[in-house]
Amino acid sequence: MKILVCMKQVPQKDAPLKLNESGTWIREDVSYEVNEPDAYALEEALRQKEKHGGEVVVITAGPARAQTVLREALAKGADSAIHLEDNGFVGMDAANIARAFVTVIKEDKFDLIFTGLQSDDYGYAQTGVIMAELLGWPHATIIMEIQKTDGGIKVKRELESGFFQHVAMPVPAVLTIQSGINKLRYATLLGIKQAKNKPLRKVALDEVKSVLGENMQKIEKLYVPQKSKKTEMLEGSAAEVAKKLVEKLRNEVRVL
Amino acid sequence: MANTILVIAEQREGKLNRVSWETVTAAQAIAAEAGWTIEAAVFGYGIAGVAAEVAGKKLAKVHAIESPKLASYTPDGTVAALKQFIEAQQPKLVLMPHTYQVRDFAPQLASALKRTLISDAVGFHKDGDKLLFTRQMFQGKFAADVSFACDPPHFVTFQAGAFRGDKAEAGASAAPVETVTAQIADNAIRTQPEEPFKEAKQAVDLTQAEIIVSVGRGIKEQKNIEIAKALADALGGELAASRPICDSGWLPMDRQIGSSGQTVAPKLYLAIGISGAIQHIVGMKGAKSIIAINKDAEAPIFEIADFGVVGNLFDIVPALTEEVKKAKAQ
Ligand SMILES: Cc1cc2nc3c(=O)[nH]c(=O)nc-3n(C[C@H](O)[C@H](O)[C@H](O)COP(=O)(O)OP(=O)(O)OC[C@H]3O[C@@H](n4cnc5c(N)ncnc54)[C@H](O)[C@@H]3O)c2cc1C
Ligand SMILES: Nc1ncnc2c1ncn2[C@@H]1O[C@H](COP(=O)(O)O)[C@@H](O)[C@H]1O
Repeated sequence: MKILVCMKQVPQKDAPLKLNESGTWIREDVSYEVNEPDAYALEEALRQKEKHGGEVVVITAGPARAQTVLREALAKGADSAIHLEDNGFVGMDAANIARAFVTVIKEDKFDLIFTGLQSDDYGYAQTGVIMAELLGWPHATIIMEIQKTDGGIKVKRELESGFFQHVAMPVPAVLTIQSGINKLRYATLLGIKQAKNKPLRKVALDEVKSVLGENMQKIEKLYVPQKSKKTEMLEGSAAEVAKKLVEKLRNEVRVL
Repeated sequence: MANTILVIAEQREGKLNRVSWETVTAAQAIAAEAGWTIEAAVFGYGIAGVAAEVAGKKLAKVHAIESPKLASYTPDGTVAALKQFIEAQQPKLVLMPHTYQVRDFAPQLASALKRTLISDAVGFHKDGDKLLFTRQMFQGKFAADVSFACDPPHFVTFQAGAFRGDKAEAGASAAPVETVTAQIADNAIRTQPEEPFKEAKQAVDLTQAEIIVSVGRGIKEQKNIEIAKALADALGGELAASRPICDSGWLPMDRQIGSSGQTVAPKLYLAIGISGAIQHIVGMKGAKSIIAINKDAEAPIFEIADFGVVGNLFDIVPALTEEVKKAKAQ
């Protein structure tokens, strides 16, 4: 199976984020990492390849810094990478990102496309599903298992409150992958060395511009949300805070 | 259907998903400001009962979109049915709850209609003539006001809990229900769903626990779980976790709290190194008391905590365990 994995670079979970001057976006000087479900999507693609043979290609859209994500994926075992490289991909809505990806890979005859179920930064939860619609392929979301069948694949979808569902579908198809579908691997030293010689194709914004439109939704303002509830904050050294907490547990929460 | 808000309610096997009431509340709030009318639609097969239930709310009309091909949910069937319906009706605004099912079809629907979906909104406000929708970004660290920059119909989904379902206003009399038969081509549906199921029975039932000590990624390493376990033991409580802890296999899946785990309502929920993502919060916000320990003063968990401590869990938790032991020994 030939599988494409969409991998996005997002600010590190623990990184303190700051607004830019105009309050329209965050300041870029933070550390980045791969979007968590995308790492699971890559792992799943590598496992499918190990079982059934084929090829794994990774793709990202973002500034030069996003190449790190592709290099890591190549080191873990992806065969090649595509980088839609431009600052202009930051702040695009899901429809534009999906159009850009579809335009670049349309001729490449993939059997499956994996995306994460949502990005940690924008949280649209849409890019994969829109790609499926643009390609005219079926899709399934929040996937926790993939089996190859005679006519295509059978996937396990996560539903709410502990339910799951199996869905059979033909390929080519788009799947959005949920974190926890598998256990992630680490890159090996050999892998990191080999990654340097693997093909990484760069695509400029100009090459896809003709298929992109204005964003259909516009972020007017980004801001720190207002706190609505009054949490009682307990302060002091660890020992002092512990004493205060025990006092609360005894007199207010009444569990001691 | 000019200036109409269309609420798409969700049902499974003829039972309404209660989160749909929250969407009705949202629609009523928007209608009150914009002066628009509200209609609702339910889709499926044999759904007259659900449609009648929805019609009890203050709405101008309820559409029951029926087809045998909608008997079990598929994104293709749903999009085929709703696309025709929306093209015919031309509502201004289409509102849906941000459920797993809606996440599965709504981006396809909006895209098929060459429109956009503002997903997972938590509120709205009017700025002059413009309707702005607020959504969380960067895992709740920021909020964004988002507007539509395309022609209607405009699609929005609302996060669970953003509006109160019990505030959905009932109508003086039942709204008229109109049945629509969806035309879905034989080859339109490409996926074959099976019946939903639950994994083998869970070993621990956290729903009955009075005290829950819950760990998140702040715990850093598997071996550090012991620190939280010691506190849970001292308090006589159960250990639970956020999803990444269970994804990593550090604790079994049946100790996961949240939208894809257990929903609990203990007397005390102690969140250690948990940021407070919405998918976690929906599973524990019913707790009587919530205590959060987190090194980041801006962590969203402090939005819902009764008591908060900003600091390093590796200092605070062991100190607390000792203090609890002392108190219990007295
Ligand atoms: C469809 C879907 C379903 C999901 N279902 C669930 C679910 O059921 N349950 C669930 O929990 N999540 C679920 N998630 C994931 C959810 O969105 C979050 O990613 C997850 O809850 C984050 O877990 P966390 O708070 O442990 O980790 P993080 O968000 O990484 O937070 C770690 C926290 O630890 C703090 N910290 C770090 N070091 C220290 C220290 N030394 N001392 C004190 N604090 C420290 C940090 O400040 C941070 O706030 C779901 C997501 C999706 C998209
Ligand atoms: N700029 C991007 N580069 C690579 N992948 C992306 C990008 N934007 C979105 N994706 C993919 O689409 C998924 C869903 O993103 P979103 O629709 O923004 O929530 C992510 O998990 C990625 O797999």
